[in-house]
Amino acid sequence: MSYAKISRDQIAKRIARDIPEGAYVNLGIGMPTLVGNHLPKDREIFLHSENGILGMGPAPAPGQEDLDLINAGKEPVTLLTGGAYFHHTDSFAMMRGRHLDICVLGAFQVSVTGDLANWHTGGDAIPAVGGAMDLAVGAKNVWVMMEHLTKSGESKIVPRCTYPLTGIGVVKRVYTDLAVIEVTPRGLVARELVPGLAIEELQRLTGMPLLPSDAIAAAADLSRGKCVGL
Amino acid sequence: MIDKIVPSVDAALADVRDGSTVLVGGFGGAGVPAELIDALIAQGAKDLTIVNNNAGNGEVGVAALLKAGRVRKIVCSYPRLADGYVFEALYRAGKVELELVPQGTLSERMRAAGAGIGAFYTPTGYGTDLAKGKETRKIDGKGYVLEHPLRGDVALVKAERGDRWGNLVYRKSARNFGPTMASAAKCTIAQVYEIVELGALDPECIVTPGIFVTRVVKVPRKKTTTMQTAAA
Repeated sequence: MSYAKISRDQIAKRIARDIPEGAYVNLGIGMPTLVGNHLPKDREIFLHSENGILGMGPAPAPGQEDLDLINAGKEPVTLLTGGAYFHHTDSFAMMRGRHLDICVLGAFQVSVTGDLANWHTGGDAIPAVGGAMDLAVGAKNVWVMMEHLTKSGESKIVPRCTYPLTGIGVVKRVYTDLAVIEVTPRGLVARELVPGLAIEELQRLTGMPLLPSDAIAAAADLSRGKCVGL
Repeated sequence: MIDKIVPSVDAALADVRDGSTVLVGGFGGAGVPAELIDALIAQGAKDLTIVNNNAGNGEVGVAALLKAGRVRKIVCSYPRLADGYVFEALYRAGKVELELVPQGTLSERMRAAGAGIGAFYTPTGYGTDLAKGKETRKIDGKGYVLEHPLRGDVALVKAERGDRWGNLVYRKSARNFGPTMASAAKCTIAQVYEIVELGALDPECIVTPGIFVTRVVKVPRKKTTTMQTAAA
């Protein structure tokens, strides 16, 4: 059976579906910002921005930009009715103090034990960390949004990160263009696969064992003609 | 009568010495005390340590200070900006020192300085390159890094309104590092767009009480046309 990778917007939409009503959420710079475009309209979700905003709204209409109202990526945003401003120290207390329910971050690599590498590629690049390390240790749930493979086809889910670490054992879940994977004490568990992708193929691409979730194991058994539950 | 209002940005910065540590507010284009930075360049103090979230954009603000050769060291969280070429050239030439600090640690270190805290343990950065050489400790099974206060000789902050006692209010996300930096320096200079009578600021809503502010200077409101966009 053939499968197709899903787009960045589709990953964003998939993540948005898992964010519950009332969650305090920080969306990292870059790809995770897309999640904001897909939040279910029927849920009240509080977006936090590291530079001192809770209840952050979408980008303003053209011509309505306010230079004093920007997000962590320095792009113009709006404030929802009921939103609040506060200073940087309070903003990072919200992170470190474990008040944020979810943060969604991009990554260069995630290890099998949930180590995160997303701030520095090492070598000659000028190091810049911003709020990445604070978010990584602070949010109750760190979710990573990334492409499963690098441009050259190597897995970004690795036995051990080779890029400099952002945090140790912090990632709980990874959403990629191929799968949704949980980091558990038992190891990585594939919770969802894109249509047509077999767990064996995902394991081959990832280059390491992935435990199937019960639902995926049952589906795989069915496809092999086994009777499930007997 | 107490009057912290000074007539000009030049007067506000007259006594900044060579070798000072200067805390400079702002995040991206919001809350940057641009007029005070320009005045600091004109004032001529050199060998400065600059504490800011970034390391300057284009050739204005902190980048202009760097370009003028006044900065010995930058303490920041995110020096890599799309048009941060002034810092990049100086850094690669070994002409400016960089102390890279996670953003929340940067802010908390200044809070600690302003609040009289000797040092603090933070989970941020534990086990990473940015904790190398630092004292660490496990508390209830979790790893922490010991971080020390970051004090300024001078803080330059931008607020929206102030009064002669130095009480300040800010505007939207331009508040960012302002209140914390104001508390962390020996001499805090606030530039404001409006100076109001005592009592005009609602006491329930004053963000920075005047005890943290040394001088207030009014600057004209400018129409800014460029929007800085870059990764944070």
